[in-house]
Amino acid sequence: MIGVGKIKQYSNVLDKPVSKGKQEVSLSAFAFLFSELVQYNQTQVDNIAELERRLEDAGYAVGARVLELLCHRDKGNRRETRLLGILSFVHSTVWKVLFGKVADSLEKGTEHEDEYMISEKELLVNRFISIPKDMGTFNCGAFVAGIVRGVLDGAGFPAVVTAHFVPVEGLLRPRTTILIKFAEEVLKREARLG
Amino acid sequence: MPAVAPRSGDAIFASAERVNAELFTLTYGAIVRQLITDLEEVDEVNKQLDQMGYNIGVRLIDEFLAKSNVSRCVDFKETAEVIAKVGFKMFLGVTATVTNWDAEGTTCSLVLEDNPLVDFVELPDTCQGLHYCNVLNGVVRGALEMVSMKTEVTWIRDMLRGDDAYELQVKLLKQIPEEYPYKDDE
Repeated sequence: MIGVGKIKQYSNVLDKPVSKGKQEVSLSAFAFLFSELVQYNQTQVDNIAELERRLEDAGYAVGARVLELLCHRDKGNRRETRLLGILSFVHSTVWKVLFGKVADSLEKGTEHEDEYMISEKELLVNRFISIPKDMGTFNCGAFVAGIVRGVLDGAGFPAVVTAHFVPVEGLLRPRTTILIKFAEEVLKREARLG
Repeated sequence: MPAVAPRSGDAIFASAERVNAELFTLTYGAIVRQLITDLEEVDEVNKQLDQMGYNIGVRLIDEFLAKSNVSRCVDFKETAEVIAKVGFKMFLGVTATVTNWDAEGTTCSLVLEDNPLVDFVELPDTCQGLHYCNVLNGVVRGALEMVSMKTEVTWIRDMLRGDDAYELQVKLLKQIPEEYPYKDDE
């Protein structure tokens, strides 16, 4: 501000080149931060559903930005417009950038046409998290579900996205499945496009 | 011969599990935004970020001591160097420079050129009073408190507010003498 002693140089974030995304921080730093996010939100809610919703909201904000960033950096400002295209974008590109690997699986729901599932044996955010018994089916993956919803919504594929634990035989810890249920309009449009 | 404290966290960072800094940056951004929505006042947000950092600091020090092989620092000067070169590197992958010592050797500045918290960030007019990176204050304060040092940590320069670097001033208030015997069963 002018007139407060010295003139400050505010740099515009758009003047800086967009990072290449190769920088890293330690997993612990992220885990500490994520733990604070969860703990803070716990103080703001009365029930599990509300807590999941708040984590999802936080994730949504991340997802919306990730979509913009990746479309700009990796896809020359183009984005997927077809259902399978965007799903594989989430499953491969987004996952690889955020979590360092492609998601373990992407499947179509067997019972409903509009449902798809992305599963991960050990979701990064759940790595150091154990759920107390009294919190039932709560899954911190709600944050990742939010990211997925943010990406999909931003790309024009509104959907309801939820995170669930699914026990797997032979594994000590259940895997996390991100269930994506697309809005009706998305499927109608997809059908029209043929 | 006493073990020489490592002067760099490079090796520890290289061998640690790492995640993409963008996930970290955006998640932090989501937290800050949530706090602004919930608390409305930037002062309250600053306070809450500091508290979150403090919570992280008191836990982080354990991992730091376990992995860094740092032995007891002889004075506050060494402590500051270790935080800047080993601590920051180990967790955030960046280092800080220690400068601006006062005559007593109890106040110094940690200057960060690179700060993974602030990629993509610009402060809107409504948030000019926000110390966006306030979580770092808390981390340093919390971690040092666990090794018997009461400190006061404040931002001197902040690039988001138009300065040319991120400068964190750490002031040693007092060394808390270790108490013995420890009262375990209180």
